[in-house]
Amino acid sequence: MSQVIRSPKMYDVCVIGSGAGGGTAAKVLTEGGLNVVLLEAGPPVNPEKDFKMLMWPYESPHRGAGVGGHARENFGEFLAPNGAWRIEGEPYTSAPGSNFQWFRSRIVGGRTNHWGRIALRFAPIDFKSATRDGLGDDWPITYDDLAPYYDKVESYIGVFGTRENVSSAPDGMFLPPPKPRCTDLIVKKACDKIGIICIPSRLAILTRSVNGRLPCHYCGQCGRGCVTASNFSSSQVMIPPAMKTGKLTMVTGAMAREVLLGKDGKAEGVSYIDKATRTEKRVNARAVVLAASACESARLLLNSKSAQFPDGLANSSGTVGRYLTDSVGSDGWGIIPQLEKMPPHNHDGVGGMHMYIPWWKFDRKNDFPRGYHIEFGGGRNMPGIGEFSDLLHEEEGYGATLKKRARQVYGTGIGMAGRGEMIPNPDTYCEIDSNVVDKWGIPVLRFHFKWSEYEVRQAKDMQETFRAVIEAAGGEYKTKTPISGERPFGIAEGGKIIHEVGTARMGADPKSSVLNGYCQAHDVKNVFVMDGAPLVTNPDKNPTLTIMALAWRASEYLLDEAKKGNL
Amino acid sequence: MSENSVTRRDILRTLAVGAVSGSVLQVIPAKAAEYAHQVVHNEKSASPAGKYVPKYFSAHQYEMLTTLCDAIIPKDEKSGGAVEAGAPEFIDLLTSENEEYQLALGGGLQWLDSFCSDRYSETFLDCTPEQRKAVLDMIAFRKNAKQDLALSQGVAFFAFLRRLTCDGFYTSKIGIADLQYIGNTALREFPGCPPLPEA
Repeated sequence: MSQVIRSPKMYDVCVIGSGAGGGTAAKVLTEGGLNVVLLEAGPPVNPEKDFKMLMWPYESPHRGAGVGGHARENFGEFLAPNGAWRIEGEPYTSAPGSNFQWFRSRIVGGRTNHWGRIALRFAPIDFKSATRDGLGDDWPITYDDLAPYYDKVESYIGVFGTRENVSSAPDGMFLPPPKPRCTDLIVKKACDKIGIICIPSRLAILTRSVNGRLPCHYCGQCGRGCVTASNFSSSQVMIPPAMKTGKLTMVTGAMAREVLLGKDGKAEGVSYIDKATRTEKRVNARAVVLAASACESARLLLNSKSAQFPDGLANSSGTVGRYLTDSVGSDGWGIIPQLEKMPPHNHDGVGGMHMYIPWWKFDRKNDFPRGYHIEFGGGRNMPGIGEFSDLLHEEEGYGATLKKRARQVYGTGIGMAGRGEMIPNPDTYCEIDSNVVDKWGIPVLRFHFKWSEYEVRQAKDMQETFRAVIEAAGGEYKTKTPISGERPFGIAEGGKIIHEVGTARMGADPKSSVLNGYCQAHDVKNVFVMDGAPLVTNPDKNPTLTIMALAWRASEYLLDEAKKGNL
Repeated sequence: MSENSVTRRDILRTLAVGAVSGSVLQVIPAKAAEYAHQVVHNEKSASPAGKYVPKYFSAHQYEMLTTLCDAIIPKDEKSGGAVEAGAPEFIDLLTSENEEYQLALGGGLQWLDSFCSDRYSETFLDCTPEQRKAVLDMIAFRKNAKQDLALSQGVAFFAFLRRLTCDGFYTSKIGIADLQYIGNTALREFPGCPPLPEA
């Protein structure tokens, strides 16, 4: 213990992680007057240097493929510093027969630097899942509990959209949407023809100035990070106001190892590895907020063992790491001949979809539970690495013919991505691998993952819908998927959609859940979890907006409890 | 471009004069100039200047690579070809950093010379244009490898090189212009879709 460097300072709250949840907590808690220390495992982000906004592919000698062409597997070299499926020296393992891909981001802002900005509210019915169909569990809170916080988050970060009155996709506080692209008009018309709802999307991108942030300049590159902060990232929108209060201490390069439990049964601080010096350090705080990402927070709890909690902190229920889900994902694409005749024009728009298909079959019986939404895109995007991989896969030859064909097919494809709800199952969870530690000496996670028949049937339905829409648009559907094997109907490997949640879920019953409805541990009142881990279900809406709304609500509760002296 | 469109420099200038004052972002104006400088520097360094010294391939192999890139995407009446677009430099750079590429391309080029020498008693580069075309027509199509197994390595090599050549060409200034892509700029409003042609 003599090697551990203790900081004598006592903070009010230690927040672990600076992404969607941790950034929200840092802002709300510091503005509420608390002194916060924020531990971030990665380095700071510098938008002006790190973001490749408006860069042409030829401005990099690697043209977007990255050193040795290796960036192809991690979304290309122009994306904002974003993390990866594999991080050197920080392994994770999969149990035999399981294949889970864990995406981790080690940087201030976390995955919000590069995320898709899709900001969808969960629907009222999503909080009453068990009541609805007998599967899984209901949430301990309702839509009405969370709605005011959706309002706060949307108003603060800026989300465009339209009021549509679709019950599966509640309306929010919206900025006006951007005009549709040609691909949107074509898909919308096809959807109208076959009775599918298609509406403007809801993205955390500014179409009007908000809080002094400039509106979008429509370069279509949100994923690269935005120098003008015209889209939402925690690093540019949550952290700066927290810093401005003077009450935030940011510690970067700090890999949290354990939440420390005091003799009184409350957390008293966090020990972490300072990556630069490879020494163990410690911060003291009256409360701890874990927001390190769902699985990383579960790992931290499981690694925080004590006499009182031999199976991990706040884990008397044994459910930490359980109830892991990712979104069901299946993709496809088709060629739309009508697009061949489009005159060249600026198609960039915002960095993401202008329209989307919310879950529309909520009014009928389907052969799988819950639902999915469809994201789509295509058309005359900025050419990049792999631009003609489909053409090259399908057609051979070279020379003048190849060049002519490339001109002909450029911008004529429309891609579709289904994103649906997975039901938690007993074969899908993470635990500590007792044989492996990472380079910081911290025991790593081992994953168990299995899709059930529910998800496979959903992927099948996605493929059928993609085909129906592309064909209704006069196009030819190109994707072929197997009906069995490892990825039936193109279902993505677990973790690939990067919506992993549920590993420290909230619930009314401390025997079957880790947290109460305020993201507060049942077992340890001054421990909170504010990332994807508290989510009871993982509906067909990307989780980020809900993570922020839950974190905002939990942070206000924490402020209240602190004022009452209850922590 | 329409009046609606502004250039990259315009937006950087806008940032530099502090249009974001009062923003939650406090750092932009001071750093904007540095960013602009970097952009200009990148543009300059992207322009072809001087003779390229291959990082991985031998002079002979690099000449073969260049000849093959030119065959895959040649200059035509509309635009320049893959060589002018810098595809060989791009491929050489990636190959110098990736052992799988070294095997696939370095080995592939060697295979091609051996194949030509067996067939025509010349290296690929010393073959006549007709002979070279005959060889490419053999390795550019999978069905040929089905009939003649001896061609299968050549077919795999060509498919790989074709992919990289397309990547190199269609990420270049020439290739992007060839596709008539319009964008990667800052607009005040997104204009939406021009009138759709009849389906």
